[in-house]
Parts: sequence; structure tokens; C-alpha cells
Amino acid sequence: MSAPPFTAPPRSRRTNHRAPASRRAPRRRRTADRPRRSVVLTVLMGLTALYALLPLAWLVINATKTQKNLLDSFGLWFSGDFALWDNISQTLTYDDGIFVRWFLNTLLYVVVGAGGATFLAVLGGYGLAKFDFTGKRAVFATVIGAVAVPATALAVPTFLMFSKMGLTNTPWAVIIPSLISPFGLYLMWVFAAEAVPTELLEAARVDGSGELRTFFQVALPLLTPGIVTVLLFTMVQTWNNYFLPLIMIKDPDWYPLTLGLNAWNQQASTAGGQPVFNLVITGALLTIVPLVAAFLLLQRYWQSGLAAGSVKG
Amino acid sequence: MRTMTRRAMRGVGLLCAAALSLTACGSSDDSGSDKAVSGGDLRAALREGGSITVWAWEPTLKQVVTDFQKEYPKVKVKLVNAGTGNDQYTALQNAVQAGSGVPDVAQVEYYALGQFALGKSLEDLSRYGADKFKDAYSPGPWNAVTVDDAVYALPMDSGPMALFYNKKVLDKHQIATPTTWDEYLEAARALHAADPKAYIANDTGDAGFTTSMIWQAGGTPFKTRDTNVTVDLTNDKGVVAFTKVWQKLIDEKLLAPISSWSDEWYKGLADGTIATLATGAWMPANFVSGVEGASGDWRAAALPQWKKGEEVSSENGGSSLAVMKASKNKDLAYAFNEYANHSEGVQARLEGGAFPATTADLSSPTFLEQTFPYFGGQKANEIFARSATQVPEEWSYLPYQVYANSVFNDSVGKAYVSDTKLIDGLKAWQKAAVDYGTEQGFDVNK
Repeated sequence: MSAPPFTAPPRSRRTNHRAPASRRAPRRRRTADRPRRSVVLTVLMGLTALYALLPLAWLVINATKTQKNLLDSFGLWFSGDFALWDNISQTLTYDDGIFVRWFLNTLLYVVVGAGGATFLAVLGGYGLAKFDFTGKRAVFATVIGAVAVPATALAVPTFLMFSKMGLTNTPWAVIIPSLISPFGLYLMWVFAAEAVPTELLEAARVDGSGELRTFFQVALPLLTPGIVTVLLFTMVQTWNNYFLPLIMIKDPDWYPLTLGLNAWNQQASTAGGQPVFNLVITGALLTIVPLVAAFLLLQRYWQSGLAAGSVKG
Repeated sequence: MRTMTRRAMRGVGLLCAAALSLTACGSSDDSGSDKAVSGGDLRAALREGGSITVWAWEPTLKQVVTDFQKEYPKVKVKLVNAGTGNDQYTALQNAVQAGSGVPDVAQVEYYALGQFALGKSLEDLSRYGADKFKDAYSPGPWNAVTVDDAVYALPMDSGPMALFYNKKVLDKHQIATPTTWDEYLEAARALHAADPKAYIANDTGDAGFTTSMIWQAGGTPFKTRDTNVTVDLTNDKGVVAFTKVWQKLIDEKLLAPISSWSDEWYKGLADGTIATLATGAWMPANFVSGVEGASGDWRAAALPQWKKGEEVSSENGGSSLAVMKASKNKDLAYAFNEYANHSEGVQARLEGGAFPATTADLSSPTFLEQTFPYFGGQKANEIFARSATQVPEEWSYLPYQVYANSVFNDSVGKAYVSDTKLIDGLKAWQKAAVDYGTEQGFDVNK
């Protein structure tokens, strides 16, 4: 017979140490902290995790291969020389280090574009949630309508407009449209309505605080989880933006990473072109690192932001 | 994910189509001065200097730009890779339509030239004396850049076709190199029977390849005279010859379902899954850089024939440099174009691995004698150069071939994945081409 029934330790993640006595008689009480385990759900979660992680694993594994090895080895395991460091240094230096330039461009678009979009969304959302004015319903309808229009559909008209203004082929062509995030605004609006008690604002006003000071010193700290949520959201959107820069920017010096990687990938489909699949893969890996880092660092806020919405409904 | 990207690409294609229709009706015609420009004027312009922008994806141009700027220090050339093929055409059409951001010089593939020339986006280079260059270029490329007396671009490279074959794979199964397309079909059967993982070729429906095959078989499915366009993809003799053999290859599942230029394709060329490749003579550079692992396995041979004993070839791919009508510095733009494609620049590009369109280079002993270590020391240029002289001259593309090619997969592509017959797919393609042409104001099949 295999393991006797009592020796299996309860799989609690909360406590590492347990008295032997309690191990003999594991408490079967189920609380919110220790919900009943479901095999089906665990398997489902496992499959989903696998589904999400497999491409990532593929990316990491293949970033360690040379161009030649990439083509003649099995995709999901290491093979040949470990070329990761070499690939990284090649990626960073290929074509006079254009990858670094693309990286900085993306950073610029994200900091100014996503940062600006978040700032505007917070201001607008707070204002709409906490102030009454005529035409609020019209604003609401416009914002909801704007959420439904995909950015892709606006890209070409925006291009024609920008090209009349002489803005195409400049960073502004990517930054200005990125500043507008109807979804972020809506999210902040809903969040501000719930998270900032009107009584608190009134108290601040009674105490003689100006509106601006009330916003920055009273409301803003309460809004932090929402801000981080919107920030992450717009960051991911801007970081991965492809179609807009594709239409707007023709000068490789202003490419974001998405366009740059695509240009490298396209080298393989040119007569006389130089396929650099290994650099495309390594570049893609380097591209996702900052996003992964941002998620890990801001995870706490992100989670509490989501939860805040869910509890209050 | 793959289908997603393909769908996205198709979206871009459609967008391109939309952009095209807009420019076709709304292009502004500021032809400016049409006076002849002499060599002396050009030299003066070069001395005076200025800056031009060149949109091109051809990798060997980088060296040409460096050399050019060294020779003419006052000229600044900005080389921009605005996308490869269709991506760049979309961008170019958008820029022309918007009236800003148009480059001075643009790389345009032969099949796409008609579209831009007809849209009056390109400068006629005959006023610079380019009409005297007829004998300098091989016939296929030269026909492609000229319409009547006008010269709309200078040929940059060419793609006389050859059959590349994996000698190791064919030898292993004792299959002789096919010299006719019927033998090719036999070889395909023998190979796939001997090794179910190996295919004679990959094909998922490729407009460029299909039209090249029809071209070789003596077909002339597209004819244009002023605004009269004829599209015949049903009774044309080239189409009939091609579909007869290719339908069998498809029916018997003898073609690998791998799209050209994909990573699987490179993998297939390297590991023997794809045993032969009929394509343009620019391919060796791609073999060396992209299929490193199979060095020594591959050889080149003459393109298989539709009739035994004939010596007819075709062109596949190849591109030219055109001077944009919207350029503010056409003299410099032309001077660079001539430098890159007619004088000093050609040599630098050949050394970079490009395949020439210039007859002087195609017949020079150093070029012909060159051995290719990748092809086991074979003097492959002899085969390519001979092929360049065997291309039927009657061929022409549609004046809106970019659009037509972008919808090829919607019609003909079906024949590769369903019960649709190739000829029916081509019929559907014809219909799409006729409809679009009519919409654009052409008299199609009237």
C-alpha cells in the first residue's frame, strides 16, 4: 500500500510549520482562506498556465540558439551551442545598434504616451465622478461610444489628418493618439466614484483646501490602485502598439520595437535579404522583459485595484 | 497566431487597395518641366549637392550609398527601409496620396511598376537620356521598366529563373534532375513515395511564381493598351500548360504545404523536406545567409521545360529604382539612380551578392567563371546568364498587379487547400481582376 492516509500534510500555503498533533488530525473546516480543492479546476488552471507559458518557454529556449541551430533542431528543447549571450550582443549591435534606438523610442512613446494617457484619464475620471455639470450624460455617451471604436479604425483617418499637419514620421504621430484612452477614462471614472468618498472631499473643502490640493493630497492617494491599473493597461497597449506606428512612421530611426522586429523578420522575405531569425527571437525576448518586470513590480497595486472593483461591485 | 498575422496582412492589403483606388482618381499632376537634362546638368547638380531620400529594402544599396557620398561629398542620401514589397507600396501610395513624405527615389518591383507608372507617380527618365540604355539591360527587366517610349525606372536586379535542387536528397532516392515539367511530376511522385516526409517543392499558392510559370509556358494572360486591359486566365496557353501539370501535383498531394519565406520554409530547405525550388537567380544569396546548414547539398540547373528540347525560361522577382514625380530634387535623384544601376554602383552591388540586370556583367568572364562554394563549387552564373537570354519578351503584368496579387490567395489559394480546381481558382482570380479594373476606370475585356 502506498502512503497511509494520515501522513499526507495538508497543502496549506499559509503555514509552514504545523504541530505533529494537528497533522494527525487535519482540520477539515473550510474557510474563505482555505476553499475546497477542485481537481477539475486545478487541471484546468494547469492547462491554462501551460498554454500561457509554453510560448514563453519556446522564446527563452530558442533565444539560446544560433540561426543555423534554429532551423535544424527541435523547437522545444535546447540544442547546439549556448548562444544566448552572443545573440544578445548581436541584437544590441546589429546594424549600428539600431535595436537600442528602437528600445529608447518605445520607452519614449510609453513614458510620454501611456504616462500622459494615465494622467489625463485620472484627471478626467475624477472630475466626471465628483463634479456635477450640464452635459455630463453627453460626455458619458461619448466616452462609452469611443470605447467601442477600435483604434485601428481610426489609424488611417488620423494618418491623413496628421500628414496635412506635417506630423507623420515624427514621434508626435504616435504619442498624440496614445494620449487618448477612453477605456482608461471610464475605468478611472468608475473607480473614483467608488474609492473617493464625497464626504471626505467635503471635509477637505470645509477645512479650506483648494480643489487642486484636495485632488493631489486627498483623492490621489485613494486612487493609487486605479491609477496603477490604468497605467499598466495603457503601458501594455502602447508598448505593443503596432498598427498605428506602422501607418505613421516610415523612418526606421523612429520605429518602436514592434515595427523594428517586424522589419528584421521581413529581411528573410527579400531576395538577397539577410534572415536574422535568431536576432528577431532574442529581440522579442528582450522586448518583453520590461513588461514582465513592470507587471511583477506593480502586481500588488494591480491586484488590489481589481479587487476594489469586484467587492464594491 | 499564424492565421492571425496572415489575416492582419490581408487587412493591410485591403487597406492598400483602398488607398490605391483613392490615388488612382485623385493624383495631382504637377509634371513640372519636361525639358531634357544633359550629363553636364547632372554633374553640376552633383557638385552643388543637396539631400535625397531613397526608399529601398535591397540590402546591397547601403554600400552604394556610402560610395556615392564619398564620391559626391555634398550630396546626402538618406536610405530608408520603409518596408518590404507590399508594405512599402502601401506606404508609398499613402504618401503620394497625402502629398507629403514622398521619397525622391523608391525601389519598385517589376510587377508593381505598371501600377505606379499608370498612377502618374513616377518620373519619365527618358528626358535624362535613359531611353538610350536599351542594350545595357537584359530584355526581361528592360521591357518591365518601359512603357512605349517612356522609361519609368532603371532595372536594379533581375531574376532569370533556374531550378535549384537538393542533390543529396535526389541522389539518395536515385532521382534524376528533371528537365521537363512532366519529368518533374514523375520525380515528385518518386520522391514522395520513397520518403513521405519529403516533397519536390513547397507551394501554397504564390502569385509571383504562378505568373512566372505561365510566362515561361508562353502565356500572355495580361495585355494592356492605353486603358484597354485584357485578362485571360482561362484559355491562355500558358495557363493551360501550367494547370495541367500543377493540378496533378496538388491532387496527389506532392507539394509541401509550406509558404515561401516562412521560417518553416527555411527549415524545409535546410533539412531536405523541400527538394527543389524553381525561382529567380537572386536566390543564392538567400541560400548562403538563410540555409547555412545545407551548404554543399544544393545545385542549380536550367528551369524544366514545358516541351522537351526547348530552351525557354522566365523571370521571377527583381526590382528597379524609380524617381518619384513628387521629388523636389529629381536631378540628384536620377543621378543617384544611374550611379546605382548603370555605372559604378553596379559592381558594389554584385560584390554584395545581388544578381545583375546589366548585359555587360551578365556576359563578363569574371561573372561567368565565379564558383559557388555553397553549390559544391558549381559555376552557377553560367546557368543563370543563359536563362536571362531565354525569357519570352511578350509578357506584361496588369497595370494593377499589386492589387491582383494581394487577392490571389482568396481565389487561387483555395485550390491548394480545398476541392476547388486550379483552373476554377484562376477563373475567380480573373473575375476579381476584371471587376477591380473596371472599378478603376479601365476597359477590361471589352
